[in-house]
Amino acid sequence: MASLTLISMGLAVIFGMMRVINLAHGEFLMLGGYAAIVAYNAGMNIWPAMLVVAPLVVGVFGVVMERVLIRRLYGRMVDTMLASWGLSLALIGSVTVVFGNTVSGISAPLGAIRIGRYSTSAYEVLLVGIVGVLLGGGYLVLSRTRLGLIARGTMQNAPMAAALGVSPPAVYAVTFGVGAALTGLAGGLLAPLSGVVPTIGVAYIAKAFITVISGGAAILLGTLSAAALLGSINTATTFLTTPVLGEVALLAAAIVLLRLLPQGITGRFFRRSL
Amino acid sequence: MRETARAAASSLLVLAVGVLLLLALPRLLDLHALINATIFASLAILALSLAFVWGFAGILSFGQAAFFGMGGYTYAVAGINLGDTTGAIALGILVPALFAALLGYFMFWGRISDVYLGVITLTVSLILFRLLNGTAGDAWRIGDAPLGGFNGIPQTPGINWPGRPGEALTPDGVFYLAMALVLLVYFGCRALLASRFGRVMVAIRENERRAELLGYDARRYKLGAFAIGGGIAGLAGILFANCVFVSPTMFSLNYSAQIIIWVIVGGVGTLLGPLAGCVLVQLVTTSLGSAGWLNANLMLGLILIGFVVLAPSGLAPLPVTAARSLRRLFPGARA
Repeated sequence: MASLTLISMGLAVIFGMMRVINLAHGEFLMLGGYAAIVAYNAGMNIWPAMLVVAPLVVGVFGVVMERVLIRRLYGRMVDTMLASWGLSLALIGSVTVVFGNTVSGISAPLGAIRIGRYSTSAYEVLLVGIVGVLLGGGYLVLSRTRLGLIARGTMQNAPMAAALGVSPPAVYAVTFGVGAALTGLAGGLLAPLSGVVPTIGVAYIAKAFITVISGGAAILLGTLSAAALLGSINTATTFLTTPVLGEVALLAAAIVLLRLLPQGITGRFFRRSL
Repeated sequence: MRETARAAASSLLVLAVGVLLLLALPRLLDLHALINATIFASLAILALSLAFVWGFAGILSFGQAAFFGMGGYTYAVAGINLGDTTGAIALGILVPALFAALLGYFMFWGRISDVYLGVITLTVSLILFRLLNGTAGDAWRIGDAPLGGFNGIPQTPGINWPGRPGEALTPDGVFYLAMALVLLVYFGCRALLASRFGRVMVAIRENERRAELLGYDARRYKLGAFAIGGGIAGLAGILFANCVFVSPTMFSLNYSAQIIIWVIVGGVGTLLGPLAGCVLVQLVTTSLGSAGWLNANLMLGLILIGFVVLAPSGLAPLPVTAARSLRRLFPGARA
């Protein structure tokens, strides 16, 4: 569930706030993973490699992509989606050329925690903590700071924001960059758990989109509640049967959910939340 | 009147070219190239399915590969179990069509928007891809047919004469069948579009609310179009399975992406454009891919970005613009 939230957060920012469907989301994750691994192999400590290098690289990449590609297509949702899909394929292709079609990985830091008879990887516990910090921080930034106010205002009514002296293109670029950086961070953090291959984005993107869409309009709470619901369905089914059937159950649940709540969870409940 | 005449002329032209290809290619090509041509024909049918669903019903389906793969798998499994492939073909069309109808029910009755539709369909094909990849081992078999996981079903049966199992079609025969089916599907789509159903469908694409206010239930028409598109994609999968064999790659992102690219390159809202786009892109990728000159994904991605940004309406308007500039060059001639 924590990982479901983690992979969906960057997408929630880009899609939930900007209404841009970024099908290259999975590849942003993949780039984050590679950035962390390359930095680590270059002799950097694993923590800055995952927590600083990965989001920074992908964030900058995101801003550049927003400037040269996505910006031309605002308001044309379908075209944006197609162009970002092209970007996704191109990224898979170029990374395959550079790194080869093999799994690169780093081992997870920290050992195991024991609680009585049960033990779990301390790293995964840490991930839950990081997700909590990101969600809390995101909430504070969006609701309490001037930056968050400007971002939300621009998304709600760009011409009005422009009339008040805000530059919407700059806000879009920054928001896209932040979303990309969050995605890169997720990619870096997940690299030790799953390893990285050029095509790894495919494994994530379906889940991330389903989570964000099921979550609905509120980017933080929606993502969190959808991740909680779908994550438990996935885990329970996986526990009872196989991981693959767990994913199928996740998808089926999401499709049924969309039939019942077309606006997502936060379209019906917790409407006024962030 | 003039419209009808033009439509008749273009149908005749397509029919003539199609029949010419049908008769000429087996004489001109060697066996390997002929099998490749059959694969192209099956992919052309796949392109038609999306051209129909996206271009005319306005449903952006990223999941045609799901129906494509499902058609192939159903055909292979039913063919192995039944022995005779005639029923298997019918099932290979019906099962994806029904699955599309089921999926369509959730999507259209949930009234989710275009883009969500794209995401959901894409997700479905990705999940199916992972599901079938995970079906290795003896636990996963339907009747006599092991699903084979990552390797697919190498013993996918070839199409046989109806009622005469064991008498499989020759590669020539499969090619004739595939080409004939391309023509059949193409003219079937055109006939459907000329019918009342087709015209309501296009009206819904143009303005869904207006069509609904006139009393048409948009959900039903979309569901119908989506199911038909699923069936056509299933048919393409059957033919593809005949030339190669079924494996989970039929569901892969690569196929989903290529289908979209064919339609974009050819032009959304036409039937011939995607056909041409399919053959063109396939020729380019296979020739460049075999030369190892560029990574196929990289190239497909760049083609997709290029067309979306620079030429959103694809190559379809090209003949018109070409004619116009020719006329400008030679002002004396009247076209």
